[in-house]
Amino acid sequence: MDYLPFIQENLRSTAWFRPELALTFGAVLLFLLDLVWRDAATRVSRLSAATLVVLGVAAALLAVQPADAQMLFNGMIANDALSIFFKWLFLAAAALTVIISAQAKDIRPERSGEFQAILLTVVLGLFLMASSANLLMIYLSLELVSIGSYILTGFKKGDRKAVEASLKYVIYGGVASGVMLFGMSYLYGLTGTADLPEMARRIGTLSQTMAQAQAMGGQAAIRLTLILAVIFVLAGIGYKVAAVPWHMWCPDVYEGAPTPFTGFLSVGPKAAGFAVALRFFYGAFAAQPGTPLFDAQGLGAAVAGIPWPAVIGVVAAITMTLGNFTALGQTNLKRLLAYSSIAHAGYTLMGLSALSKTGMQSVMIYMSIYLIMNLGAFLAVIVVAQTTGSESIYEYRGLGKRAPLAATAFAVFLFSLTGIPPFAGFIGKYYLFLAVLERASGPAGNWWMALAICGALNSAVSLYYYARVLKAMFLESPYRDEPMGAAIGHRMLLGAFSAAVLVFGVAPGLLVQWTERSLQLFRG
Amino acid sequence: MVPSSYYLALAAILFSIGLFGVVSKRNILIVFMCIELMLNAANLTFLAFARQSGNMAGHAIAFFVIAVAAAEAAVGLAIVIAIYRTRGTLHMDEVRVLRD
Repeated sequence: MDYLPFIQENLRSTAWFRPELALTFGAVLLFLLDLVWRDAATRVSRLSAATLVVLGVAAALLAVQPADAQMLFNGMIANDALSIFFKWLFLAAAALTVIISAQAKDIRPERSGEFQAILLTVVLGLFLMASSANLLMIYLSLELVSIGSYILTGFKKGDRKAVEASLKYVIYGGVASGVMLFGMSYLYGLTGTADLPEMARRIGTLSQTMAQAQAMGGQAAIRLTLILAVIFVLAGIGYKVAAVPWHMWCPDVYEGAPTPFTGFLSVGPKAAGFAVALRFFYGAFAAQPGTPLFDAQGLGAAVAGIPWPAVIGVVAAITMTLGNFTALGQTNLKRLLAYSSIAHAGYTLMGLSALSKTGMQSVMIYMSIYLIMNLGAFLAVIVVAQTTGSESIYEYRGLGKRAPLAATAFAVFLFSLTGIPPFAGFIGKYYLFLAVLERASGPAGNWWMALAICGALNSAVSLYYYARVLKAMFLESPYRDEPMGAAIGHRMLLGAFSAAVLVFGVAPGLLVQWTERSLQLFRG
Repeated sequence: MVPSSYYLALAAILFSIGLFGVVSKRNILIVFMCIELMLNAANLTFLAFARQSGNMAGHAIAFFVIAVAAAEAAVGLAIVIAIYRTRGTLHMDEVRVLRD
């Protein structure tokens, strides 16, 4: 066997792999700098600056990278506009997390270097998740993100809550990835390949033979196996985006993890999970453009005789309903935001379930807006917890008097999370509902209409618990009257996040155009 | 040659035992062992299908899975030690500070 072509392909591929290489070597470099600067007084700021430089180098390399879509490393990784869009989101989330954590008290200075280095490896995993085009690559990148996240969740080693959160995360994560891997093994067995584009073609053929066989009354076993395998793989993805019934880890982990990392966890891995879901369902389980099935019914046609849009739609409806109703009774702000993040995963799944171009675009728009407003909300929680040392809703009483800036910014984020105009969250929800309502005029339109109504009702429910926080902040009198200080960097970020939420809410044009340009999914 | 359906059946049984153990066992170490069992069931399925179809990808995947499982076990056991240090027990029911 001649290995030379494989080696040459790998060497060629590194030209499109430079941002990932920068992150890899940056993580190693940070471990070294952690040792070099171990006695420096300005340790945290130096290490944070070094991390930002690494992220900046990765961003610069990503910006100058040749734009042509193609497969890298013998079909393991797809370099296309979709993955590049998500890579920018991950870089932004990581940079903001580094800036936030540099001034937060959650991470002790002597362990700051480890935190930043492991954060960089998690970002590397997110990069690979967004671009993986092979079952093995999906599994490996998902595990790279997971293992780093387990460590960072339990970063406060002596803290009972943190260690417990980390244990629950590792058990749920291990089960979810085991189930996903088992599903993948059957997908591999049924199609004989682990490459997603090739698998898409074979599943297309398989569904044709199955349709013929079904007319004769056979092949039920293959169909059942295919359904089970896909649902098992969905468990791995659903665990990353925290969709019901794979959401149980979410509130505990969000509460126990250091808050700067919780913020990152709620946006980075969630966006990456949706990137994988887009590639998996649009790449392998939606009808291919140019095939008779696509011409007859469009992208969202059911492949292999299973109505995938309906399956995802049901998961979406259950996820947002359960997330919102459980959030109603929460008194810990981190838990409340955890359940709200489950609900937001449900809204976003609504866009995914449409399996249409608008659906794909709406998921991308929502994830970018969600990144700003949710990181902002967690930043407000950090600012309050710095002074009071607690995340209980009772500490938010009279925050409007004690810390007007933080309270106003938090209010902006909460309104945006509810989806009220003129805030950015409204634009995100608008596109999600647009994607669903587009399908409502097609076949089985009533079900799509029902899904849209379910989403609208859920937004109304979510207003109730967000308003509870608002009421505590502005209408109730505080326990203590002294004003609450905040680090200068946190204040500037709060201002910047609120400004961004308003700007994207009033003028979303740039974001919409950018996502429209990034809709291209490389199918090999 | 043993037909590959035997291996598939064995793998499915192993997977079910693992999943059942994760749900029902209360000792954290046993739960981790059950997770390993699930991963190895998936490995066995990959290998059975790879041998049946003569496709090498399944063999390669199994090696990667073994490596990842080792990494996950390393982090998992570190967390188990931290749990033991903060609580002095490895019983699941004692680990419940975080709840609604």
